[in-house]
Amino acid sequence: MDGIKYFGKNIAFLGRALPEAVRISPAFRRRLFKALPFIAMLAAWQMAVRFSGWSPQVFPGPVAVAAGMWELMENGTLLGHAVASLFRVTVGFYLAMLAGIPLGILLGRWQPAAQMLNPAIQFLRPISPLAWIPLAMLWFGIGDPPAIFLIFLSSFFPLTVSTASAAAAIKPVYFHVGANFRFSRIEVLTKIVMPAILPDILTALRISVTIAWLVVVAAEMIAVTSGLGFLILDARNGLRMDYVMDGMIVIGVIGMCLDSLMMRLARFESVCWGTLAS
Amino acid sequence: MGHIRIAGVSKGYINRRTVQRSPDTAGCFAGDRIAVLDDIHLEFHDGEMVCILGPSGCGKSTLLRIIAGFEACDRGSVVIDGRTVDGPDREHIFVFQHTALFPWMTVRENVGLGVRHLADRKEQGIRIQEYIEMVELDGFEDRYPHQLSGGMQRRAELARALVVNPETLFLDEPFTGLDFLTHMKMREEVTAMHEFIGKTIVMVTHDIDDALIMGDRIVVMSGRPSHVKLVRKLDFPRPRDFRKSPSLNDLRNEIFLMLGVNYAV
Repeated sequence: MDGIKYFGKNIAFLGRALPEAVRISPAFRRRLFKALPFIAMLAAWQMAVRFSGWSPQVFPGPVAVAAGMWELMENGTLLGHAVASLFRVTVGFYLAMLAGIPLGILLGRWQPAAQMLNPAIQFLRPISPLAWIPLAMLWFGIGDPPAIFLIFLSSFFPLTVSTASAAAAIKPVYFHVGANFRFSRIEVLTKIVMPAILPDILTALRISVTIAWLVVVAAEMIAVTSGLGFLILDARNGLRMDYVMDGMIVIGVIGMCLDSLMMRLARFESVCWGTLAS
Repeated sequence: MGHIRIAGVSKGYINRRTVQRSPDTAGCFAGDRIAVLDDIHLEFHDGEMVCILGPSGCGKSTLLRIIAGFEACDRGSVVIDGRTVDGPDREHIFVFQHTALFPWMTVRENVGLGVRHLADRKEQGIRIQEYIEMVELDGFEDRYPHQLSGGMQRRAELARALVVNPETLFLDEPFTGLDFLTHMKMREEVTAMHEFIGKTIVMVTHDIDDALIMGDRIVVMSGRPSHVKLVRKLDFPRPRDFRKSPSLNDLRNEIFLMLGVNYAV
């Protein structure tokens, strides 16, 4: 945010160059500044379509894609697919949080647990969630469960590892203070460990929610008949590249919204106590 | 209350460079231990402000941590008010060298830690407010530590320690990292606070002037392995100024010399 404010000052000349009547407010200027890359992308896309010479079936332009988007929205399929994907991501992600954060705290604060489990975690971590697809389909069949399982796998390990390293890095002096004030075990957990790792967990959540999104699309291409991944695959089979691009755009938009939702959390002082610039 | 007797305390650390980290420390050789404290005998009386001086790395902080129960000593014992210290206690609050306020709590929440067991919410609130006002942080109750200046953080930490109404207070280099004026003001505040509450305060410092101006008793320690070089009760009236009191100035020169500085300015 600071960066944007700073650059916002730099583009102040945009406002100054204009006559008084059309001068723009700083808030609008900031918004315009954020929109610039999107405008540039649109322009580049349109140029590429215009000059590449590819047929619209192969490389549809912004207008065709917008028209496709309208069709998909009108008949409700887009909303249905988006909701299906969001549902899977939410469930898988919550499961990963419920399992990964407590496990991470245990690993970070209790040496024997870390010594025992760390090798196993480091062994499982680099295995792509996508490699689990055959097994997941065999175990859980077709439908939501295999997709949820894959999303769980994809976010569980990053969450566990970041929570563990955050919990291990808490300054010992805070525990000394806790001992001095005779904290109970529960108080050590709720008054020291949890608030101390919250900023790092927030960062981990931001990263793993993105990974979860990446995985849901792949999972939906194989194991299910709904969701944005299925939409893309289905559109490809029907040679509707405009629908493919619509699916991509919606994934991007939802990902952006999820991230800004997370960043909104960071604005609470009690969550991030000045560790994150927001 | 607040009488402290330190009897024959010794402490050494295992040299991790030569000895591999291992949970049992008994099996290492004598040469692998770095002796830090060597047979320390001291006695501090009720309500005294004690300042411990010594060269850097001599183990003054270690001694303070042992007195407060954060570290165990190898030999000897520390007895406070007739009870042998075996761990941290609410009656002996330690103020750490670098700020140890919980950064995720507001000033009010931090100060409230010491009275969180009080059942009466109203009384709790009154106590918290009283101590926040005592360190002149009223108006900043709902700020987080990172929104305060270094001196204000220190004061908040003092309030957090004092609200407990502890028998003894331990300050580990409480003025490090403060600018000159804040340092002077904090010195004044801690001295005034000590006169007001009358608790035993043990303070570790490397600043000789701090010790001479604040202390009722000063302890000078030698380099490692550290033993007590000098214990002196200071009966000078306050406010003290070593430029006006020749005997205080002589003592100052003596201590400077003792710590290896020939010309004290």
